[in-house]
Amino acid sequence: MSLLALGEPYLSDGVDLGDVVLTVVKVVVAFVVLLVSVMLMVWFERKVISRLQNRIGPNVAGPFGLLQTLADGMKLFFKEDLIPERSDRFVFQLAPYLSVVPAFLTFILVPIAGDFSDGKDGSVSIAGRQFFLQVADVPVGILFFLAMSSIGVYGVMLAGWSSGSKYPLLGSVRASAQAISYEAALGLSLASVLLISGTLSTNEIVQVQAGEGFRGIIPNWNLITTGFVPFGIFLIAGTAELNRPPFDMVEAEQELVGGFHTEYSSIRFAMFYLAEFMNTVTMSAIIVTLFFGGPAGPNFGVLPGWLWGFVWFFLKLLVFLFTFVWFRATLPRLRYDQLMDLGWKLLIPLALGWLMILAGIRVAQSGGFGITDSTQVDTGIVLVVGLAIGVVAALLLSSAVRTSRQDRLHRHGLVEVAPVFELDGGAPAGEGHH
Amino acid sequence: MTVTEDSASPEQQTGDDTTGVDSAAAPSEIAAAGAGSTETVPADFGPEPEDDGSGQLHLLPRRGAVLRMSEVQAAADIDGPLIGGENDQTMLVNMGPVHPSTHGVLRLMLELDGETVLRSKPIIGYLHTGMEKTAESLTFLQGPTNVTRMDYASPFFNELVFSMATEQLLGLEVPPRAVWIRMLMCELNRISSHLLSMATGGMDIGAVSMMIYGWREREVVLRFFQKVTGLRMNHNYIRPGGVAADLPDGWRRDVLDLMDLLPPRLEEYDILMTGQPIWRDRLQGVGVISQAEAVALSATGPILRSTGISWDLRRDMPYLAYDEVDFDVLVGSYGDAFDRYAIRLNEIRESIRIVRQIVERMPSGDYRSADTKVTPPPRARIDESMEALIHHFKIFTEGFKVPEGEVYVAVESPRGELGCYLVSDGGPKPYRMHIRGPSFVNLQTMPHMMDEGFLADAVAVIASVDPVLGEVDR
Repeated sequence: MSLLALGEPYLSDGVDLGDVVLTVVKVVVAFVVLLVSVMLMVWFERKVISRLQNRIGPNVAGPFGLLQTLADGMKLFFKEDLIPERSDRFVFQLAPYLSVVPAFLTFILVPIAGDFSDGKDGSVSIAGRQFFLQVADVPVGILFFLAMSSIGVYGVMLAGWSSGSKYPLLGSVRASAQAISYEAALGLSLASVLLISGTLSTNEIVQVQAGEGFRGIIPNWNLITTGFVPFGIFLIAGTAELNRPPFDMVEAEQELVGGFHTEYSSIRFAMFYLAEFMNTVTMSAIIVTLFFGGPAGPNFGVLPGWLWGFVWFFLKLLVFLFTFVWFRATLPRLRYDQLMDLGWKLLIPLALGWLMILAGIRVAQSGGFGITDSTQVDTGIVLVVGLAIGVVAALLLSSAVRTSRQDRLHRHGLVEVAPVFELDGGAPAGEGHH
Repeated sequence: MTVTEDSASPEQQTGDDTTGVDSAAAPSEIAAAGAGSTETVPADFGPEPEDDGSGQLHLLPRRGAVLRMSEVQAAADIDGPLIGGENDQTMLVNMGPVHPSTHGVLRLMLELDGETVLRSKPIIGYLHTGMEKTAESLTFLQGPTNVTRMDYASPFFNELVFSMATEQLLGLEVPPRAVWIRMLMCELNRISSHLLSMATGGMDIGAVSMMIYGWREREVVLRFFQKVTGLRMNHNYIRPGGVAADLPDGWRRDVLDLMDLLPPRLEEYDILMTGQPIWRDRLQGVGVISQAEAVALSATGPILRSTGISWDLRRDMPYLAYDEVDFDVLVGSYGDAFDRYAIRLNEIRESIRIVRQIVERMPSGDYRSADTKVTPPPRARIDESMEALIHHFKIFTEGFKVPEGEVYVAVESPRGELGCYLVSDGGPKPYRMHIRGPSFVNLQTMPHMMDEGFLADAVAVIASVDPVLGEVDR
C-alpha cells in the first residue's frame, strides 16, 4: 500500500500515527459507502426496471422497499451452503473472493468528492492534514484499474471451471474469451484518455478535466477532448466487462441457466451478486472519473466546496447507473460469436485508429504544424472526424452483420432476397385472399 | 399435403422462390427424425433408412442433425468419455426438462462441440397425462373438459376440434351464432397465444421486458375470456352442439376496446424487437429450414409458412365461417426464426382484422343447437317439463349416443394443424380419440433447425417453434 500510495500529499514527509488512522478511517468509510451503495443500487435497479416493465418492484421491506436487498442478503446468509461433489473444493470456495476483492479494490481509485474549481486540486484538510477524498491516489491508478478488472474475471472463470458441471463450464469459457477481447478494447480506449491527460493518477485526470474548456462554456471533459469515440468504446467494453446485458452471456439465464454461478448457493452466491453490483457502481464511477470530470463542477457556494464535488459526482454517477439498467430493460442479448465480432472487428481497430489520430494531433500541435494554432479548434475538428468515423463504423458493422447472415444462408443453400417483412409502416405482408 | 396455389397467392410477395435449392439435390441418407434408441454407437448416423420408392426420403439431405442415442446410454455414459467416437472433444448436455427456456418440460439432448450444436434430440413425455385414453372414459359432452387442457395456451382450439369431430359424427348442424362465437373466441385465442409466444420468445433472446409486455396484453384478452366463460384458461366453453353460454352484455364494446388497444402495443413490439439490430441479428438466418424439409417433416403453422409455403387450413380447407371473412395468409421467405417471429406478430394483426369483421357481422339467434338429444334444456324448463328433466338427467349421466363411425377433423391452431381423429362405436363415449398435435409434429423439425448452430441459437429455435408441452405429451 505504501508503495502504491506515494502520490498522497500526506505521505510526502514521513508517516506518523495520524496518517495511519486517517488511512484506516478512509478505508472503512469507503467500504461502508460501497456496501451501502451496492444495497441501494440493487434496489435502484429493481425499482427502475420494474417501472420500465409496468411493475411496481420491491415495496414491502422498509420505506419504498429500500431494505429488500438487506432482507435478501440475510436470507441468503442463512441458507445451506452447498458444494457440489464433483467440484474442485478449494477453487470453488476461493472464486467468490476473487470476484469481490478486486471489485472493492478498484473503488479506492475513485475521487468521490473534493473541490476542483478554480484550479484547486480537490484536497481537503482536517487538523492540518491535507488529503484527497479517495482511499488512495495511486500514481499508476489506471493500470491498477485494468489489473483489478482482469483479476475480477478470474473469479468468474474459476467459479465456472471448478463447479464440475457443464453449464458453468460453458459460462467460464465464455468469460475468459470475453475478458480477452474486451480488456484490449478497454485498455486501448483508455490510452486515448491518458494521452490527453498525460497522467495515470485519477486525481490528476480529474484536475485536468476541471480546467477551462472551449470558450468557457463547454467543460473540458475527456469525453469531449478525446472526441467521444473512446467514450463509446469504453462504455461498450465496460458493459461487456461487467457481464451486464446485452453482454451477459457469462450467466445468460436462458441459455446456461445461471452460467458460472449455477452451482453456487447461500452466501457464496450472494458474494457474486455483491461483486456484480459493486462492479457496476465502480465502473460507472470510473466512467464518470475518466470522461465526465468526476467531482469537478461549478461551485455555487452555500455548501462547502468539497460537498459540491460530491453532488456533481453523485449526479453523474446516477446517470450511468440508470443507463446500465436501461440497457438491461431494452436490449436483447447478443450471441457469443457476435460479441467476439464486435470486440475484435470493430472496437479494437477503432480504438487503435482513434488513438493514432489523437496522437497525431498532439504531435502536430507540439511541433507547431497543427491544423490550426488552437488546440481547442483542433479538438472541434477531432469531433467532426470522430462523428464521421462513427458513421463509417456503423456502416461497417451493418455490412459485417449482413455478410455473416449471408454466410449462414449460403450454408443452407439459400440466397438473400429483399425482406418480405418490412414492418415499419405497420402494413402486414401478404395479399388478400378472399 | 399439397399446396394449393391460387391466383392471389401471397407467395408472389416473396419474390423468387429461393428456398429448397440444395436440399432437393442432396443425397438421401437421413430422413426420419426422432429417436433411434436401439442404436448404441452414437457417433454413427444409425442404419440407413429404407428407400420406399416414394422419393420422399430423398428430400432430406444428409445432415446428421439428429442425435441417435438412447437416454439410458446417455445417462450411463455421463461419467465416462461423453460421446467418444471419432471426436471425443464433444460434450453431451441435457437441456431440460427443468430449464428456463425449454417452454415447460421439453428435454433436449445436445451434442456440443464448444458452443456449437452438432446433433440434438428432443425427449418428450414429462407431461404425459394420458388424455387420449382418458377421453375413452368420458362422454362426448365431457370431452371438451379433457381436451382443453392439452394445448393450454390455446384451449379454445382443442375444444373446437373435438366438438367439430363429434358434431360431424352426429351429423349435427350448429346454429350460425354459435359458429361465429366460436370463430370470435378462437381468433382472440390466437391473439393471446401469439402474444404469449412473443413474450416467452422475447425473454429467450434476452429481451426481458418483452416477457412482461406480452403477458400484460395477453392478460387483457384473458379477462375477456373470463367474462365470457367464467375461466381464464381451460374454459370448456365450446361444446358439441354449440357453445356453453351466449356472449355477455356489452361484449361488443369489450372486444372493440381490445382491438383498439392492441395495434399500438404491437407497434411498440416492433420498436422493441423487430427494428432492433441485435434482435434481427439473433434471429435472421438462425434455425433455417427448407421448404422440402418442412414438408417432409410434416411441419405446419408458422414453421411451414416461414418457408414460403402458403398453407393455412382456415383458407385452404375452410371450416366454421372462415370462407366468409377476409384475411391474409402470411408467408416468409427464408424459413428462419425471424420469419417465424414476424409471421406470428403479423398474424396477430390479421386476427384483429378477422375479429373486427366478426363483431360487425355477428348473427343473432341461438347459441347452441336446438337438438334436445344433444343440448341440455334451459334450467327454467326443468321445473315445468317432465321431458326436459329426463333429457337433462340422461345427458348428464349417460350422455348422448353418437352413431358408429370415424372422422378426422382439423383446424388451424396458432401452432399449426390441430387434428382430432374420433372413432365412435355407437355409444355415448368415444371408442378412440387421437389428437394430431401441431406442437408434437413440429418438434421433430428442431434438430434440423439447430444443426450447426450455437447453443444460444438452440434457444432461439425452441422459442421460434413455440411448442406447448401439454399438447406434445397429452
